[in-house]
Amino acid sequence: MVVDNFDVIVIGGGHAGCEAGLAASRLGLKTIVFTLSVDNIAFMPCNPHIGGSSKGHLVREIDALGGEMGKNIDKTYLQSKMLNKSKGPAIHSLRAQADKAEYSKSMKMIMQAQENLTIKQAEISEILFEELDKNKDSDLLTEGYERRVKGVKTVTGLIYEGKTIILCTGTYLKSRCLCGESISYTGPNGLQPSNLLSDSLIKGGVELRRFKTGTPARMDGNSIDYSKMEIQTGDTPVIPFSFDTDPDSIQKEQHYCYLTYTNEKTHEIIRNNIDRSPIYAGVIEGIGPRYCPSIEDKVIKFPDKIRHQVFVEPEGTHTNEMYIDGMSSSMPEDVQVQMYRSVPGLENCVIVKNAYAIEYDCLCSGQLYPTLEIKKIRGLFSAGQFNGSSGYEEAAAQGLYASINACMQILGKPYLSIDRSEGYIGVLVDDLVTKDNLEPYRMMTSRAEYRLLLRQDNADIRLRKKGYEVGLISEEKYQALLLKEKQIEDETERLKSIKLGANATVQKFMDEHNSPRLKTAVSLAELICRPELDYESLKDLDPDRPELSKEVIEQVEINIKYEGYIERQQRQVDKFRKTEKKIIPSEINYDDVISLRLEARQNLKKFKPKNVGQASRISGVNPADISVLLVYLENYNRQNKE
Amino acid sequence: MIFKDDTICAIATSMMDAGIGIIRISGDNALDHVDKLFISPSGKHNLKNFGTHTINYGFIVDEEENKIDEVMVSIMKAPRSYTKEDVVEINSHGGRLIMETIINLLIKTGCRLAEPGEFTKRAFLNGRIDLTKAEAVMDLIHAQNEFSMKNSELQLGGELFKKIDSIRKEVLYEMAFIESAIDDPENYDLTGYSDRLSEKNSSWISKIDSMIKNSDEGIIRKDGIKTVIIGKPNAGKSSLLNKLAGEERAIVTDIEGTTRDTIEETIKLDNIILHVIDTAGIRDTEDRIEQIGVNKAVKSADTADLILYIIDSTDDKLSDDERIKNIILNNNVIVLLNKNDISDKISITEDDIYKVYGSDIKVIKTSMVDDAGIEDLKKIISDMFFNGDILPKEEVYVTNLRQKEALIHAFESLKKVEMSIMDDMSEDFFSIDLMNAYSYLGEIIGQEVDEDLVDEIFSKFCMGK
Repeated sequence: MVVDNFDVIVIGGGHAGCEAGLAASRLGLKTIVFTLSVDNIAFMPCNPHIGGSSKGHLVREIDALGGEMGKNIDKTYLQSKMLNKSKGPAIHSLRAQADKAEYSKSMKMIMQAQENLTIKQAEISEILFEELDKNKDSDLLTEGYERRVKGVKTVTGLIYEGKTIILCTGTYLKSRCLCGESISYTGPNGLQPSNLLSDSLIKGGVELRRFKTGTPARMDGNSIDYSKMEIQTGDTPVIPFSFDTDPDSIQKEQHYCYLTYTNEKTHEIIRNNIDRSPIYAGVIEGIGPRYCPSIEDKVIKFPDKIRHQVFVEPEGTHTNEMYIDGMSSSMPEDVQVQMYRSVPGLENCVIVKNAYAIEYDCLCSGQLYPTLEIKKIRGLFSAGQFNGSSGYEEAAAQGLYASINACMQILGKPYLSIDRSEGYIGVLVDDLVTKDNLEPYRMMTSRAEYRLLLRQDNADIRLRKKGYEVGLISEEKYQALLLKEKQIEDETERLKSIKLGANATVQKFMDEHNSPRLKTAVSLAELICRPELDYESLKDLDPDRPELSKEVIEQVEINIKYEGYIERQQRQVDKFRKTEKKIIPSEINYDDVISLRLEARQNLKKFKPKNVGQASRISGVNPADISVLLVYLENYNRQNKE
Repeated sequence: MIFKDDTICAIATSMMDAGIGIIRISGDNALDHVDKLFISPSGKHNLKNFGTHTINYGFIVDEEENKIDEVMVSIMKAPRSYTKEDVVEINSHGGRLIMETIINLLIKTGCRLAEPGEFTKRAFLNGRIDLTKAEAVMDLIHAQNEFSMKNSELQLGGELFKKIDSIRKEVLYEMAFIESAIDDPENYDLTGYSDRLSEKNSSWISKIDSMIKNSDEGIIRKDGIKTVIIGKPNAGKSSLLNKLAGEERAIVTDIEGTTRDTIEETIKLDNIILHVIDTAGIRDTEDRIEQIGVNKAVKSADTADLILYIIDSTDDKLSDDERIKNIILNNNVIVLLNKNDISDKISITEDDIYKVYGSDIKVIKTSMVDDAGIEDLKKIISDMFFNGDILPKEEVYVTNLRQKEALIHAFESLKKVEMSIMDDMSEDFFSIDLMNAYSYLGEIIGQEVDEDLVDEIFSKFCMGK
């Protein structure tokens, strides 16, 4: 029975699904989010924090585009910290401990209050497809589509029609949890899995594979001896994630985290029982993330390390559970008890929830367009762990991105595009689209080539305009951005133009600040470049400076202090853009490009890059192949011109 | 195959009479064409039955089946050949006459004579060789002396590749280390790292620096020494040019100011190539046309590798022209005291020169009438530029201006890394310039795609296409 019809159907209510549902409904489209459990919307099944190195960047970018994650963590954090403050501004990154239950509750309330958005608890068992018609759909057929989505069917037999579908199935597709020899066929934390949808996707021509990830144990806080651990505190004041959160409104007393270490005894216990680990025993088929390894992986991979960091973090204000960060494991629970109890402070620990690994179905590489639409199937988008990524922030970013593009498709407007030089989201999407990722993809600072330009502090300047253009950022906020940009520009100009002579007042100031005396007149900007001086300290020499916000001053200061580096990075970007503009005609037949190596030819055929830049990033395509391709294209274009 | 052009043929070895000469044929119909001229010992035209990568004994015959030559024919079928097309090579007896006869027979069957570099062009267009190799082959085609030929061969053979690749790998390792440390501070420690990097960085800088210095020599060796002849009117500039060139090139008269414009000539002295520019005499003149010539002379002198300053030793006094003095003091200069044959009239001596320009200046007495001093001149030139060694060295040079520029860019980027280290910047800033150095080095060896190079090679290879 057809119950209803929607513009956008979102399958899954995790971090990707929440952003997807909110974005579409906020753009005025009739939207429904299906979840297996309404009580677990925006659930955090693993670590209790949002942000961290490079992931903090993603949250800020989500916020700049009009997403919800940053605002929600600002409301529900327990502790917050700007990481890497001793390093350059490119790698400063916000990270906040979340009150898990509050985070989830708050997000659910936002969604329930959202106009145009329906939330429905149901398992989707089937996607309804329709083959394209040779006569009516010839345009779509030329573009490479074969079928389109019609709607979904629930396990109870109800049909919901939809113009677009966004798959945000996380780790729930045919999931199974492993703890040593014990296997349970559930989603994370004992939740119900989704066992039927995979087969329907396969029928629709979607190729799936198995990935795995893991989580550590949660401890009873009363059983932990914190006196043996180092206390980790948050920042005062806390800097909000969202550009729209008033910093004063979120300052509060923060929770502690704790640091302890594994030791030789821990490692010995692991080594003695390694044959009982399902990964090493070969029971797990899925491939795990290299950059978020289990403790057994770390012990085996770094045999020389005598200890590994273990962070003990609170899960919330209404529970005494503590998350043991750094010791995820799929060892049998009896080994887990020994292993955790060998760590200082955890000698008498009581495990509330044991550590486990989880395996699930997700999409094979090479099936996504840069819009996160699945190739061949018009209207089927996907986001988050289903796309082979890991992490809440990565999921949320894709959920937002895929949803905006699903909406643009319905509205017949240009797709949202963010390239690698514009945002971490661009890097994330490009990597998922062009690379043959063999393990869950985690965002990292090193994946971004142009990170000095992609700072967390300027995410609004980079992306808010795009958010405004798609319709998720209000006119008022956009005007505020334009004002901010103007102020940054004016103040930078002013500081460059005001020159100070080498008079007695100035020289005295230099002496007081341990800065070399002036030999000739210099601009205020030049003084800001001196490591021992900054904008704030120069205020006595600059009585006429305008009243500006902290955010504006921060941008001005970074622009001036790192001008040379920023310019050089900008030139790298210009070069990058040049190859992005070299379009590969869609009709190109790679079999005609005779000197491509076999692997390159196969992957180019599979990924079908839109331009030379993209082609150069595809796994298995090397610079020699790109030269061959460039020569071919040049010749192809010359011959076709004649 | 993309380029279904016609089939081309050419003599692949030198045209001098030699023991063996090779004629190469490339194209879709290469086998058909040769089959018409070739018979095996049994007398059959059966070349097409032979497999690829075989060498076959037989004879070349003309239309009347008369045997022209006894030959070995190699067959390399597409795509496993130099051009990626069907290629046949005829090893004939190297006589010029025989080879020309065979070429004529091939043309009669429908082959076309290849243009210079056309086999390589096809190899390039068919993706057989990468951009830097194509560049080296172009250099080879245009090679003017033994040195540039040898150097092109070395580049092709990958000597340049190895040298640059090894620096590049080290740069990559350090970049990877910094990136790892940023993402995984628990397992990668940056304490004391900038000192370690600084040491490595200095060694890369000095290696690249010496490659840049060598490249100057390399470019001079390959393209020749840009030589400018200056001197007062009628001091014998044009005569010198003619002596060096061995033919009447410039107009030589006894009338002052005969050479009004600059005259250029490429001259090969043993193994050195000189690009000689003969200038109008430098003196104050009212004549507007000649004035332009004088200005040009001063200008050419500014960019020259070598200046030959000719003085008429029978003149009453040395020029006190400031412009000349400036040029002499700031360049590689050889002074030629000319008209040395007119011994009774000599008024300017070596000592006079030393007095004005210092005792380091190189002076030779010459005469354009009896060739005195010309051999000395050659020796001094070769000493100045090649330390007396004008034979090709087994060292690889970056001889191409594009490659040299990339080297300089890489050098500058590493200098910036040095600055960042000195300024105590945090490690993540090093990556920007390390990345630049890495990609500039990559452009030289074709590991980084330089699109401009594609354009350039196309414009050189495929003019008019």
